[in-house]
Amino acid sequence: MRHRLLFTAKKLLRMGLLLLGVSIVTFLLMSASPLDPLQTNVGQAALGTMSQEQVERLEAYWGMDTPPLERYAGWLTDLLCGDMGTSLLYRQPVTSVIWQRLSSSLLLLLSAWVISGVLGLLLGVAAGVWRGRWPDKLIRGWCLLLSSSPAFWLAILLLLVFSVWLGWLPAGLSVPIGMESSLVTAGDRLRHAILPAVTLSITGVSNIALHTREKMVDVLESDYILFARARGESMGSIVWRHGLRGISLPAITLQFGSVSEIIGGSVLVEQVFSYPGLGQAAVTAGLGSDLPLLMGITLITSAIVFGGNLAADLLYGAVDPKIRRRAAK
Amino acid sequence: MEKERQNKKPILEVHHVSIWFTRYDQGIRRSSLPVIRDLSLTVEPGEVVAVVGASGSGKSLLAHGILGILPYNSHMEGEILYGGEPLTKERAEKLRGNGLALIPQGVTYLDPLMKVGAQLTRGRKDEKTKERCRQVLEKYGLGPETADLYPFELSGGMARRVLIASAVMDEPRLIIADEPTPGLDARAAGRILGHFRELAETGAGMLFITHDLELALTIADRVVVFYAGETIEEARAEDFQDEGRLRHPFTRALFRAMPSHGFAPIRGSQPYPGTVSSGCPFAGQCEAGRKECGEADRIPVQRVRGGLVRCLYPEKEETV
Repeated sequence: MRHRLLFTAKKLLRMGLLLLGVSIVTFLLMSASPLDPLQTNVGQAALGTMSQEQVERLEAYWGMDTPPLERYAGWLTDLLCGDMGTSLLYRQPVTSVIWQRLSSSLLLLLSAWVISGVLGLLLGVAAGVWRGRWPDKLIRGWCLLLSSSPAFWLAILLLLVFSVWLGWLPAGLSVPIGMESSLVTAGDRLRHAILPAVTLSITGVSNIALHTREKMVDVLESDYILFARARGESMGSIVWRHGLRGISLPAITLQFGSVSEIIGGSVLVEQVFSYPGLGQAAVTAGLGSDLPLLMGITLITSAIVFGGNLAADLLYGAVDPKIRRRAAK
Repeated sequence: MEKERQNKKPILEVHHVSIWFTRYDQGIRRSSLPVIRDLSLTVEPGEVVAVVGASGSGKSLLAHGILGILPYNSHMEGEILYGGEPLTKERAEKLRGNGLALIPQGVTYLDPLMKVGAQLTRGRKDEKTKERCRQVLEKYGLGPETADLYPFELSGGMARRVLIASAVMDEPRLIIADEPTPGLDARAAGRILGHFRELAETGAGMLFITHDLELALTIADRVVVFYAGETIEEARAEDFQDEGRLRHPFTRALFRAMPSHGFAPIRGSQPYPGTVSSGCPFAGQCEAGRKECGEADRIPVQRVRGGLVRCLYPEKEETV
């Protein structure tokens, strides 16, 4: 147990350093951005009609008059005091913007994560078991096709088929247009989340399925599977008892590693479906030079991704007998 | 004793078995590579038959072929009888772990993520199976706590004994041991072989596959010599007491290569599987070899002095 705690503490320290690094890189990238916040957000024409004093006030608002180093230092000190700042575009505290956006994205992210994990695992196992035969060829072909089509293109395709042609599902947003928010039901939210969630999971499936298949093939070719067969275990028992056990460790890595891909994918997918989630807010913040918001979102998503990997590492300890027995000593 | 054995019906008969591998040459051209050619042997109850051959002579495939667990890219021809009846794929499937057992080479044949006990019981959780598991572990000097260990917690010798225990879980009538002793010191190997002899004493037939002739002779009743995928001689273990009683030039060379008999190396090396399409695979290295040895389409097996030999000009009996 002490071993496990020490391990977690080390990991958390590393996470702190990682987040610091990520924030610096994000800040540098934003500073190097060719976008002029005033021209983007106020507009060239409006800017032309303003007085010098008005322009200066706007520049102060967007932080253009402060040297970058001072700006970053200020942001960091505030962050350490627990203040992530105020979003320049939404005019709300960054924490509350992120909280709102994350809670509407969460349904999307979680369902895509679970669906892609479960489906990917099942398809991968099936392909591995029937290696070289038609189910394998079918699954592999399907996965290669999907992994070579970009997520946003797939999103547009699904949008065309299911909401434009068939009209089964709404084309965008997370709630029906023009409806009072108190009247929106959970069913409405669910219906709006289906297409983006499906798009997100489909792209995640192929990666997990192909990796699972490789691992399954390795396991099934191993000496201990041969011996299990020699002991008279049936194919079903072998896959169930030894196969799934053998792929459990890589499956954990894949599943938690896919958190980053799901979050990355959500940026594009939410954009296509105009889904007001965290991904869309990230795009808005980036294009609108909303530095505090972008920094906040980057930090939170990095922390989530890191948390995913940490969870995988901790689960490893629970699943792998070698680590478990050592930790128990 | 000899007579008694003859009255017993063989538990395993292998008649003219060949095993091929299919592989792809230069991408798309398919070719079949013969790994075992025209192999015959029999194992009787209570008997230890050793199959001796160098690495890469196709010995392990023989074991997998009998058990019906050959890799998917191979196929087998010929006839295998178990208890006098054809051992089809379906029958082998039923017999595996229930009359027909394998003792594999080492710890890599145990699932690294599963406890030893669960592997021995094959997932059955009834008291009878658990009790049987405790019994067989105890038989090989392993305490009941062994069942709760993972393979990585076993020592080399313990792992070997676990593998034997797993083979005798269901009191098999035929046990195939595939190189079960590499990496063990002479004493540990001796103990393992002692267990094999015991198993044979209880009436099981034992097919002992090894590259170590000296080791094989310590427990075998009969020795089948394997060379480049072919059986070239089948002799009684006693025949190896005297070089003059051996029939095939290769067997004699093997005899002379033993540390106790001169330690003379055999010149040349065993041809790769599939490179010898006609004649005797040993022809190129044989001191008594003649022109027709390499040209003959197939060398027939002859019965000489109570043993079998695949040679056109088997060695004469002489007293050395």
